[in-house]
Amino acid sequence: MKHLRLLLLLIMLAAISACSPSTTAAPDPIATPSGPRKLTIMTHASFAISDPVKAAFEQQYNAQVEILRAGDAGEELNKAILAKGQPLADVYYGLDNTLLSRALAEDIFETYNAPALAQVPVEFKLDPTNRALPVDYGDVCLNYDVDFFKSKNLPPPASLEDLLLPEYKDLLVVQNPATSSPGLAFLLTTIAHFGADNYLTYWQGLVDNGVKVVNSWEVAYYTEYTRAGGARPIVVSYSSSPAFELLYANPPLSEPPTAAVTAPGTCFRQIEFVGILKGTTNIDLAQKWVDFMLSTAFQADMPLQMFVFPVLPGVTLEEAFTKFLVNPTQTASLDPQQITSNRQVWLQAWTETVLR
Amino acid sequence: MTPKNRWPWQKYALMALPVGFLAVFYAYPLIGIFQYSFNRAENGVFNTIIAALSSGYTWKVIGFSFYQAALSTLLTLALGLPGAFVLARFQFRGKSLLQALTAIPFVMPTLVVAAAFNALSGPRGWLNLGLMELFSLDQPPLQLENSLAAILLAHIFYNTTIVLRSVGEFWGHLDPRLEQAGRTLGASPSQTFWRITLPLLAPAIAAAALLVFMFNFTSFGVILILGGPGFANLEVEIYNQTNGLFNLPLAAVLALIQLICTLGFSLAYSFLSAGLNRPLAQKPISYTQSRPASWKSKLLVGCLVALMLGFFTLPLVSLAARSVVQLENERGRRGLVEPTFTLRFYEEILASTNRAAAYGSPYRAVLYSGGYALATTALALLLGLPTAWVLAGSPNSTPARLLDTLLLLPLGTSAVTLGLGFILTLNKPPLDLRASPILIPLAHTLVALPFVVRSLTPALRSIRPRMRQAAAILGAAPLQVFRLIDLPLISRAVIAAAAFAFTISLGEFGASALISRPEYPTIPVLIYRFLGQPGALNYGLAMALSTLLMVVCGGAMLAIERLRVGTEREF
Repeated sequence: MKHLRLLLLLIMLAAISACSPSTTAAPDPIATPSGPRKLTIMTHASFAISDPVKAAFEQQYNAQVEILRAGDAGEELNKAILAKGQPLADVYYGLDNTLLSRALAEDIFETYNAPALAQVPVEFKLDPTNRALPVDYGDVCLNYDVDFFKSKNLPPPASLEDLLLPEYKDLLVVQNPATSSPGLAFLLTTIAHFGADNYLTYWQGLVDNGVKVVNSWEVAYYTEYTRAGGARPIVVSYSSSPAFELLYANPPLSEPPTAAVTAPGTCFRQIEFVGILKGTTNIDLAQKWVDFMLSTAFQADMPLQMFVFPVLPGVTLEEAFTKFLVNPTQTASLDPQQITSNRQVWLQAWTETVLR
Repeated sequence: MTPKNRWPWQKYALMALPVGFLAVFYAYPLIGIFQYSFNRAENGVFNTIIAALSSGYTWKVIGFSFYQAALSTLLTLALGLPGAFVLARFQFRGKSLLQALTAIPFVMPTLVVAAAFNALSGPRGWLNLGLMELFSLDQPPLQLENSLAAILLAHIFYNTTIVLRSVGEFWGHLDPRLEQAGRTLGASPSQTFWRITLPLLAPAIAAAALLVFMFNFTSFGVILILGGPGFANLEVEIYNQTNGLFNLPLAAVLALIQLICTLGFSLAYSFLSAGLNRPLAQKPISYTQSRPASWKSKLLVGCLVALMLGFFTLPLVSLAARSVVQLENERGRRGLVEPTFTLRFYEEILASTNRAAAYGSPYRAVLYSGGYALATTALALLLGLPTAWVLAGSPNSTPARLLDTLLLLPLGTSAVTLGLGFILTLNKPPLDLRASPILIPLAHTLVALPFVVRSLTPALRSIRPRMRQAAAILGAAPLQVFRLIDLPLISRAVIAAAAFAFTISLGEFGASALISRPEYPTIPVLIYRFLGQPGALNYGLAMALSTLLMVVCGGAMLAIERLRVGTEREF
């Protein structure tokens, strides 16, 4: 009996001590004179930064940077909106152009006219109020397995319409746009290309031609794609994927084993933004962080960390990129405002047509 | 019972503890998020609800929720009832091991179960690899992924233990003389079963079926991961509407519908399980069970045990096998490698290097998970003991019934909805917990509490009131009575309940994924992160962590089984 009580007490003590080390939730507003100031960055799950680059920032500003991964891009934005005014972090990174106008309408960011913006090409600056500042971009394009098409003596698809042809039956795998951002990008590509009135007809055609839908890019690329041992030689991925295949090839290859379709209008450009959350008490340090994200050091670090490309011109890239990265000449274009106001309707209609 | 009328205020005071907990950490965030969501409805609450209810799509989702849950429940009963019969009527070696084994899946994270099925029957699972080798095929012949069959299999795998436990337990104490009397009077075995055994078992079966149905109805990970994009029940649709479509008002309507359904199920369940308390001629298992004697019963027991062993061990063993065999190539390298035995995934866990700081160290995740689980256990016992004590003392009073129903509600609430509710409402001191690690044990306690209460209540109920009365007459104060009579008598049940809470916390994934701090991940959260990364090392680490989790859960379940046997002997 006594033992049981002792046990309970011990369990409780253990519990309390297990929980206590990190109960500070909101960003710490007061910097102690001696210790570093804490800066919290809210990001999506795929954020990555190499340690030396982060340490350089921390050292320069006597700061301790904490990365708060808040789920996928949609989850992250939901959380930021719900915590409006009493933000969970100081800086928000990972907003993309499909979510941009929703975040702007919710007014969760402070304006910041970062000096580095002057160098960023105008095509990336989608928010004229400078609340959401562009950091990186990536193009979502169809990828195909070069060997598969060679061995079957079949030309690879060159347009969206090609995917409806009988010779490409059962060859395509795409992601669910409701759960995956490249999936959404591809859906938006088809909407930009065929128009909001006709894209469902196109998708019905894809369904009839045996398109496979999976929930995430990982499943599509690492399970279903023929390069990974799956049965589908055409996959929705990034224009940079062939270069990455080469970078990670072992033994080394001289040419990428996959290729991206970059014909006009077949790719969608994803741009990711950073913003300072309204209500932060560390606005000066937050601004420094935004400057840092737009500095050469961070911009050059991104491609190998997050597989995205710098918006800052003149950043030196790996040779594999300069040699094998094919930039689409003309990406599908949809107005962010139009995306926000129709996103729900498009996704719902797509789900009802393709999935159920 | 004595405490009923003598000091009701103490009882209400005790009830205030769990009710207060539920009010602050369940009702308050939930009401907050509903209010917020409906405020955002452009056409007002009423029109939003009408629009949702008049949409064919909503009804499709509701229909599928019921359809898959009903089908899963029927199949679970089909495997569980014969199993319950064997466990109820026969003694054989390794029985408690079998019972522990069948209970492991129940506390395993969906993700791991999905990985286990994948390791067995996925495109590169053992079955497919074997069949491809055997018949020299170049495509995997078994295509289970993203199908209704995969959903159903996983649901059976998860929930059969509920039928085995609750029906088996009840059946095991059923007086066999009732059946023997029927046989003596000339009824055939099947007549005896249909006319005597089944009617007697009916409430137990119905209660178990209802609980299984409820779990299937609100299933999340199984449908999202194993079912794939083609399937959505209410829980999955709430997730899609919230995170993918930002349709918070519709998500709130769906969450309300699910909550109302759950309320109905748990009311019915409380009602049915109260019916189980009616005095039946119950007998100790030493009286009702025997070793299989005739060749017929030997064959029956053998077949059923083999079936259950196969069904429950194969996926778990395949998982464990994948954690010590390297099948995939390193990141970037393609194709399959010759299967080789390796312990490097376990070495990697122990190495506690901060491998890829972004994903967290497995070694530390084990520590954090342990900490969260201990905190959950403490909190769940702290709340569960008084709750169970109140419930045991007055099983049929209305407040007790209500409390019983209330406890089950969090199990039927969407983790996505509740998680967002936490962010929205727990944002002001003293309750600014939004990003605090304390949220995890709090959320786990919501899940574990009904199980803790359910393991404690029967034990407390079995204490003869006369012992309490005697102590009271001898001058013991109520608290003293509890300390000196109740607590020692239920200590085994307390330890079993603690093990239950501990394992539930270890395995919980849905809430943890939403609210865990990235720098303090739990084991399932880390498994999820590793599974999302390409390459053999990440996959191997996920398998090794899953195997560890499985072993710990299995050990805890075995302990519970042993402790349960102990209490039954005192029956």
